[in-house]
Amino acid sequence: MKVKENIAISDNGFVFNPTTGDSFTLNNTGKEILLLIKGGKSMGEIKTTLLSSYDMDETTLDRYLLDFVSELRFNNLIDE
Amino acid sequence: MGAQKITIAVTGLNNIDSPGPGVPVIRGIKESKIFDARIIGLAYEHLEPGIYMEGLVDKTYMIPYPSKGKDALYERLMEIHQREKLDMIIPNFDAELFSFIKLESALNAQGIKTFLPTLEQFEERHKSNLPAYGKKYGVNVPKSQEAFSLADMQNILKSYEYPVMIKGKFYDAYKAYSIEQAAEHFSKLSAKWGFPVIVQDFIEGTEVNVIALGDGKGKVISAVAMRKQYITDKGKAWGGVTIADEAMLELTHKIISQTKWKGGMELELIRTKDNKLYILEINPRIPAWVYLAVGAGQNLPEALVKLAMGMNVSPYTDYKIGRMFIRYSWDMIVDIDRFSKLVTTGEL
Repeated sequence: MKVKENIAISDNGFVFNPTTGDSFTLNNTGKEILLLIKGGKSMGEIKTTLLSSYDMDETTLDRYLLDFVSELRFNNLIDE
Repeated sequence: MGAQKITIAVTGLNNIDSPGPGVPVIRGIKESKIFDARIIGLAYEHLEPGIYMEGLVDKTYMIPYPSKGKDALYERLMEIHQREKLDMIIPNFDAELFSFIKLESALNAQGIKTFLPTLEQFEERHKSNLPAYGKKYGVNVPKSQEAFSLADMQNILKSYEYPVMIKGKFYDAYKAYSIEQAAEHFSKLSAKWGFPVIVQDFIEGTEVNVIALGDGKGKVISAVAMRKQYITDKGKAWGGVTIADEAMLELTHKIISQTKWKGGMELELIRTKDNKLYILEINPRIPAWVYLAVGAGQNLPEALVKLAMGMNVSPYTDYKIGRMFIRYSWDMIVDIDRFSKLVTTGEL
């Protein structure tokens, strides 16, 4: 799983896809996850990082994380 | 060496809710460091905003509507030429292009340059010829047919699924969900733009456009891809952003190199969910969003003038991605004396 080439992620969570012209805004958590993916982290590593930063059980995290990743995929921001 | 003095006449000063390209074309030329241009506005309507905008045109003349024919246009252009010594004319309306193309050699003989598509290039890219165009050049186009009467259209609609697009010969397009809506649009469009009215498959997707300039020998001098971000109820982009879509630029190169397109053009495209590009229209002139190309690093109007003047032009190879344009409206306060002078004398 990796962020598509050229996707621009700004500090304030604004994401721009220069190929399609689509733009998105992410909250801090969304931005953190996308940056972790961009940094080459696996789903397991991302989960470990998030579980250590947020007060959340693994099942709930799994649900939100999978949902978010499928949104990223739907919007052409990541490749398998 | 100072900038070259040049006098250029420009049409399309109607900077209204369906804007003409004249104002942004002039802005591009005025930003040129190569040319020091005196701009002569050519207007069809007394209230075209570009006539009154500060620092835009040096002088404006009224010209006859295209429906008056090319002879009336030529006569008026010669009157203007006698006084202004025009070096070049940039026509910016689809509806006037036929006359200007027909007058090209006569204007040239008088020392007035143009840089327009040939009559063949102009005719073959008509909306009504799009299916044949797609076949000839191997590009995706939506199914479309010409209707010359209401009965004709009703018959054509039997082989289409709703919604369909009903389009005017030169401008305007409406989506129709029923035969009744299609008939209503047909009447409106035929009254405004004449026949044929075009029936076209509706293709679902994202509207993207390319502005381009061909040198007439198969080379692309300028090409910028844009995604519409805000579309008005007239289907016009009110905001857009430059994008790095290789497939769109490849398609542009393919069309310009195959057709040896001469002049400015706009490709109106749809990108479908399955990533296919369809050509909806090929407009045979510079579009109204040309200033985005200038802002992204390709001064297409300047390059057009250079080509027309026979100068060497190196093709632009890149542009800034993520540059946006946002249109706005602005109320100018104009003294009625200026308006009355234009109405009574035909010039301002």
